[in-house]
Amino acid sequence: MSSYEARFKVWRGDVQGGDLEDFKVEVNDGEVVLDIIHRLQATQAPDLAVRWNCKAGKCGSCSAEINGRPRLMCMTRMSVFTRDETITVTPLRTFPVIRDLVTDVGFNYQKAREVPAFVPPAGLGPGEYRMFQEDVDRSQEFRKCIECFLCQNTCHVVRDHEENKQAFAGPRFLMRVAELDMHPLDAAEETGLDRKRTAQDEYGLGYCNITKCCTEVCPEDIKITDNALIPLKERAVDRKYDPLVWLGSKIRRRSS
Amino acid sequence: MATGTEPQQNSGGVRSRTRAAIAAPHLRTDRWWLAPAVTAAGLFAFVVYSTWRAFANAHYYAAPYVSPFYSPCLAQNCATMHAGPNADLFGSWWAISPAIIILIFPLGFRLTCYYYRKAYYRSFWASPPACAVAEPHRTYTGESRFPLILQNIHRYFFYAALLVAGVLSYDTVLAFRDQHYRWGHMGLGTLVFLVNIVLIWAYTLSCHSCRHIVGGKLKHFSKHPVRYQAWQFVGKLNARHMQLAWASLLSVAFADFYVYLVASGVFDDPRFF
Repeated sequence: MSSYEARFKVWRGDVQGGDLEDFKVEVNDGEVVLDIIHRLQATQAPDLAVRWNCKAGKCGSCSAEINGRPRLMCMTRMSVFTRDETITVTPLRTFPVIRDLVTDVGFNYQKAREVPAFVPPAGLGPGEYRMFQEDVDRSQEFRKCIECFLCQNTCHVVRDHEENKQAFAGPRFLMRVAELDMHPLDAAEETGLDRKRTAQDEYGLGYCNITKCCTEVCPEDIKITDNALIPLKERAVDRKYDPLVWLGSKIRRRSS
Repeated sequence: MATGTEPQQNSGGVRSRTRAAIAAPHLRTDRWWLAPAVTAAGLFAFVVYSTWRAFANAHYYAAPYVSPFYSPCLAQNCATMHAGPNADLFGSWWAISPAIIILIFPLGFRLTCYYYRKAYYRSFWASPPACAVAEPHRTYTGESRFPLILQNIHRYFFYAALLVAGVLSYDTVLAFRDQHYRWGHMGLGTLVFLVNIVLIWAYTLSCHSCRHIVGGKLKHFSKHPVRYQAWQFVGKLNARHMQLAWASLLSVAFADFYVYLVASGVFDDPRFF
């Protein structure tokens, strides 16, 4: 096993202020950035705050920005960097900082609460749901989400414009709307809840300019833009901007 | 704990007061600027070339080939094309290049295309220039307001693009003639047109609106097996939408340039049979 000494810059501070702090730290073969952050805690900065949990890319806790790119620390191998490279680790830059690498991601929980849940179909009890695989494939892709919020963090709509946080739910929760709208048993429409319309009117789908950063950073490789946001945009067009579809729906009401 | 940098002025975005106090608009160390720069250069080159060719109103027909920029040719001032894609719908009052009449449709299709939107928002508008690189704009409303809300008419340009692709398919069939309009011949130009029309159809059918129309809008694929198959096919093409967008852009420009070279007498079309 070979090891070397890497140069790190880690942001340290809180909402009162902070700065990038320099470290030199040992790196061994096979390690990931989170291992190095833990070594820093163990050897040089015992009070370094970092949120982590599974170390397997499944809990979505250790989101950070590594050399300016939103990534999971536990899934970023040290071998992707050259040995003479200085590696910069900062907290997510879209959310309020709490301390060091830990941010307040409450914005996402607030947005999650705003999306109405799955509406159970009438007349079917628990255990009686039957669905074809081809009908749930689309929604299942979105269920891979580990809620690391890297997509929310990288989306320029809120990253670069704090004022849009009120109107825009972000890619993760627009994907949630898409997931429910594509769900074969979701009975929202029967109860008067039009998810296609609310995607545009209440969750700010129109703010998305489909520049695909959410897809680029997704550690679960979910095609957020192509499979959720754009299909949702097209569904919103059906509801709001396509006179032919509107006319067709008036002339011949049919279930798809 | 405060060290070094004090809380940021509330200047918005990543420099908002509650966020980590980092002065730099981004900390990316890779060549993030390369992709938007190459995209901008490629699109700019195409705009310059196509503007020149669209307004040139010359060297767009060399029997049996008609430039895709001028097809269908709908004004009286079109070159005479034997059984070609011309119809005098606009009459003699149309005095400028007839290419302008038809190019508005493929232009609109590409301008409102979900891939090209990403491409020019990033490379020309810097909104954002790259992921996690701060954009320079103070406010942002995206496609929620006029004029960008008009991007929602993309599907109508898709319908028009289907018609244009149909006409270009007809032109490709006509390319199996020789310069005296006899059938059963093929030249290098025919091959160029064939490659172009395959790429044009692949790009057109890979469109996100097409994917929605053929099946994406459905809630239950199991009730519509044929549309499900169509949706899967379009989905496979759609995964290559960016590549097809560029390939078809280059091929249509090359097909036009080929016709220009032959029509202006730079060289004779090599005939295979």
